[in-house]
Amino acid sequence: MLEVDIEACTGCKVCERVCPFGAIVVVPETKKAKVLDNCTLCGACVSACNFEALSIERKAVSEEELAKFNKVFVWGEWEKKDGKIVIKNVALELLGKGKELADKLGESLAILLLGKDVEHLAQTLIHHGADIVYLCEHELLEEYSTDGYATVISSVIASEKPSVVLYGATPNGRDLAPRIAARLALGLTADCTGLDINENRQLLQTRPAFGGNIMASILSPYTRPQMSSVRPNVFPKPDPDENKTGEIKRVDVNLKPYSIRTKIIEEIVSKDEGINIEESKILVSVGRGIGNKENIKVIENLAKELDGTVSGSRALVDLGWIPHPLQVGQSGKTVAPTLYIAFGISGAIQHLVGMSSSDTIIAVNNDADAPIFKVADFGIIGNMHEIIPEFIKLLKEHKHKN
Amino acid sequence: MKIVILVKQVPEADKVAVDPETGTLIREGVDSILNPYCEYALDQAAKLKQEYPELNIEITAITMGPPQAKAVLYRCLELGADKGYLISDRKFAGSDVWATSTALKEGVVHIEPDFDLILAGKQAIDGDTAQVPAETAEQLGIPQITYGVDVKINGKRVEVKRETETGYQVLSVKMPALVTMSKGSNIRRVPSMQQVLDSRSKPIETFSADDINIDENKIGLKASPTQVDKIFAPPVKTGGEIVDGKDPKIAAQKLLDYLVENNFIKR
Repeated sequence: MLEVDIEACTGCKVCERVCPFGAIVVVPETKKAKVLDNCTLCGACVSACNFEALSIERKAVSEEELAKFNKVFVWGEWEKKDGKIVIKNVALELLGKGKELADKLGESLAILLLGKDVEHLAQTLIHHGADIVYLCEHELLEEYSTDGYATVISSVIASEKPSVVLYGATPNGRDLAPRIAARLALGLTADCTGLDINENRQLLQTRPAFGGNIMASILSPYTRPQMSSVRPNVFPKPDPDENKTGEIKRVDVNLKPYSIRTKIIEEIVSKDEGINIEESKILVSVGRGIGNKENIKVIENLAKELDGTVSGSRALVDLGWIPHPLQVGQSGKTVAPTLYIAFGISGAIQHLVGMSSSDTIIAVNNDADAPIFKVADFGIIGNMHEIIPEFIKLLKEHKHKN
Repeated sequence: MKIVILVKQVPEADKVAVDPETGTLIREGVDSILNPYCEYALDQAAKLKQEYPELNIEITAITMGPPQAKAVLYRCLELGADKGYLISDRKFAGSDVWATSTALKEGVVHIEPDFDLILAGKQAIDGDTAQVPAETAEQLGIPQITYGVDVKINGKRVEVKRETETGYQVLSVKMPALVTMSKGSNIRRVPSMQQVLDSRSKPIETFSADDINIDENKIGLKASPTQVDKIFAPPVKTGGEIVDGKDPKIAAQKLLDYLVENNFIKR
């Protein structure tokens, strides 16, 4: 409960201004702050109040209790490429970040590797920073399932007591992590863009909210492990160290067929099979400005000339003009190519959060006020339909000359 | 057959911003709406009701929030829900994902204990965590399928077309189960005048924490493993060189020059 110390309150209205939810007001008659029903106890007003008139009672646990938990865990998600099992980049990115956190805490870094015949991935994971690989192999872990994976990971967490667990915020990661959090009554912070250890040895988790308009930092002060998910391409992939050694710990897995309640009936890979825009170096991205579906062909042609891949904004996916695996943004994928060219994309905040960490951003848009120009390294205010054909012509001439 | 829809009232996220100068929230002109993904879940339920008349599907909308969240229940009733329930209590304040899912679980158990299917949006546009439905399913002890775009009923099982990173997969699970809906092929509908009039006679009830017999130690801030440390404005970007592209030939040449200079195209 948020308490107002009426004596200390001066009615200065700072709390009213900083409240993200409009949940505290200074009553004109009394000139004192009053808390409304929609208060979420986020604490924004408590830190803003200059008179220590506001307070929230929070639960605390002993440091000894928390100290029983150590080791940073990463879920080692893999995927099948051309029939082969390969580790997903996001798992390596998390090993990079996890190493940094583990070093600050003076703890070791471990990876949870679940599957059937996945032992061959262990060395790569060790080279990328893992000190321990928990190898959980079982027939029933061959394909991802919510029940199978949540059960195995929950039991490893319960017995090994890590202080931090990180998951890739992929479709399966976002399916799995909350299941484990609910089972173990743990905090879980989604889509973190920053992770650090604060002076109290707590995991400081930074994430965007309200579509990226606001940043929030989140703590899990009195439960362990502290768990976070992170989207692909948010943290850099560490360079492997071929000399690094580590330990492989095989975990006994007891699963029964009936403990996995969902059955896969069919897998449908979209026609752009094998293309994962999260891994593309050059993306030619289009938005509503494209006008009609036929114009996609022009973009495909341009992407081909640039050795790039076509991606797009949510608007085009909603219209069914491009398939959802090619969608960039808050409800699609987060990409970080070396070059991102945006044609006819105005740059809603939900789109920008999905691409603003690209190395170089080029934007072409006929609206000079389009927000996309704010993140662009190079922008052209003009008509994409006129510029693209001219550009393709010039590009072909240039290639021919060289 | 009983379908429960879990819905959330959200501010129009696009319009909420932090003033980078003062660090305070700008919220003038920000309306509260039914979270769009919840609306798609409701559309899916209404579609199932039409497709399977023999199942006598009854749709119950449940939301947790402050008293004004009742507004989204009216919208649900207009769009096809048969009943609406608001779980509202100051004791829920400060609830994070875990505490929210605990409250929703208790709400579902109290309001519609013999449900067959729970549908929810994949995420809410204010928090974007996509975690509450899965945590609720876990607390209810039922299986889940996330990121659904199409749902079919097949006897005692539900079949869901689910988005994956490279396309789709079709999953099947025995009910009771929880399914979250991604935007997919569903369409936002405008209710007809008749639907609006019909909705007036549908019931809405409000329950407090005590009404649903929830343990006070499991809800609100004290039961929430995560806490907001602080809120701040994202870094402001200014942008780079901008050129006028009135003449497409000149613009195309400038674009080529930029790409060549920066080694994206070989000289």
